Amino acid sequence: MPCDVDAAVIANTRLSDDYSVLALAAPEIAGLARPGQFVMVKATPGADPLLRRPFSIFEILRDAAGAPTGVSLLNKRIGAATSLLYDVEPGAHVRCLGPLGRPFEPADPPTRAWMIAGGVGLAPFLTLAEALAARRTPATLFYGARRASELYYTQTFAQLGVEIELSTEDGSRGTRGYVTAPLERALRSLPPGERVHLYVCGPTPMMRAVAALALTYGQACDVSLEQVMGCGLGGCYSCVVLTRQHPGATPHFVRSCLDGPVFDADRIVWEALTH
Amino acid sequence: MDLSVKIGTLTLPNPLIAASGCFGYGVEYSDVVDLATLGGVAVKGLFLAEREGHPPPRIVETPAGMLNAIGLQGIGVHRFIREKLPELRDRRAIVFVNICGTTLDEYVELAQILSDSEGVAALELNISCPNIKEGGITFGCNLPATHAVVSAVRKVTSLPVIPKLTPNVTDVASFARAAEEAGADAVSLVNTFLAMAIDVETRRPKLTNIVGGLSGPAIRPIAVRMVYECRRAVRIPIIGMGGIATAADVLEFMIAGATAVQVGTANFVDPFIWRPLLDGLRDYMTRHRITMLSEIVGTLDTSKREQAWISS
Repeated sequence: MPCDVDAAVIANTRLSDDYSVLALAAPEIAGLARPGQFVMVKATPGADPLLRRPFSIFEILRDAAGAPTGVSLLNKRIGAATSLLYDVEPGAHVRCLGPLGRPFEPADPPTRAWMIAGGVGLAPFLTLAEALAARRTPATLFYGARRASELYYTQTFAQLGVEIELSTEDGSRGTRGYVTAPLERALRSLPPGERVHLYVCGPTPMMRAVAALALTYGQACDVSLEQVMGCGLGGCYSCVVLTRQHPGATPHFVRSCLDGPVFDADRIVWEALTH
Repeated sequence: MDLSVKIGTLTLPNPLIAASGCFGYGVEYSDVVDLATLGGVAVKGLFLAEREGHPPPRIVETPAGMLNAIGLQGIGVHRFIREKLPELRDRRAIVFVNICGTTLDEYVELAQILSDSEGVAALELNISCPNIKEGGITFGCNLPATHAVVSAVRKVTSLPVIPKLTPNVTDVASFARAAEEAGADAVSLVNTFLAMAIDVETRRPKLTNIVGGLSGPAIRPIAVRMVYECRRAVRIPIIGMGGIATAADVLEFMIAGATAVQVGTANFVDPFIWRPLLDGLRDYMTRHRITMLSEIVGTLDTSKREQAWISS
């Protein structure tokens, strides 16, 4: 059962002019959250903007004894609500509803877990990396951004034992170009019979490309989709994604708040995903 | 303190009904709210058959509101009865089934099927969805058609029949009157206002469907006015809705003439809204020494205001 918490802002760390990490006091949500789940956040109490916005839970915050105290969100300033949340200061309160949605299922060894993140698509992977570390599943993060200054938290992933493979569109760090190039290289050089589980979150074209690679190389792939959401609880039918129950089946719209945000990449009708 | 209200033969424990299209099939919310504590649950509009609805984006936010063009995606009446109604019954929800047909015969068939199903409290006739071309709105924008569909359904069911009216007509009250004459037990209003929003950078509509229905606090004053107009035109109960987000909003609709209300968009913003709404109504009753909430229905005081003396 989700909780709605009037969460105090503990910190709002600006990573750049666009990105911030918003830390919220919400022990009830932190205690229930599983990797890849999301929360619905109301930036201001008023009617403008009216609706909440979905955010992946970025970090589970814990006290010195390890008890969950809150969650953090990786916020990218895009529209009205994300701009308000970029500007919010410690001491302010925002309403935070969660945890919501179908989580990632962390792979177990000997399967390797490869997380593929594009830009703000890094958000759901820190909680997954923690779960993978707890299972001792070998994990790699393929992480792409426009430029070096937009690559964040790589040390945190490294501390969890995650191998890091970086790429930037301008070549200022890691491989120049899209994250799919180093991913394909890695897939190609896998020894026969080696299993990897791909987890991907980022821009739609990137996720589509990774899903295609997963299919080509016969590896499992889960995607975390971000759709325009009205409620996060299955009430409004706004956040639908066209999916097939199994290959060849007639596709149907399903709600990404309830059936997702994590989907088996095979189920998605990628041609229909336009945004 | 008595918050109950009567809609035809139906007594609701309080006037707060979850609005159709804003509450899934009700079961989605059984974790966050005890459905039995609501005045009612109006489930998502149902056709006979399953429907996919429109491709996304299906909603867009606007000042103090939102546009939607979901396109009545739904599981159809048979799956609803099999998959959702048993849980709603177990949770003792007062279920208003919102039905939508492409022809008059389909409304009749839906009414017959649902009248034979245990656990349905009332039928809300969706003759007002602005987002689909066939059926629905064509009945709601034409007086003889409204009369025809209500009387046809009336003939085949003993359940309360509640046509849901569209505000996208010149005179809503005349549609309320047509519904009353055709035997409706109540009317609910308003459905959303036909509207649109454009991305000026791309010159493209923000919704795939180009147009959609506006809901939320932005429409509330217009909806209140329409409830007021209908109150003066008909004797049957009115279920008012449009941007309700606080107990004061509920009271505004009731004073204008609504016996009960529906809460829609505000439930997206706060799924736990029902508790503060009920608390706010009780607080109002205490402050105004009201023992029966239904006493305030249609009590708008339009007597002349005392003129203040203007000193020169």
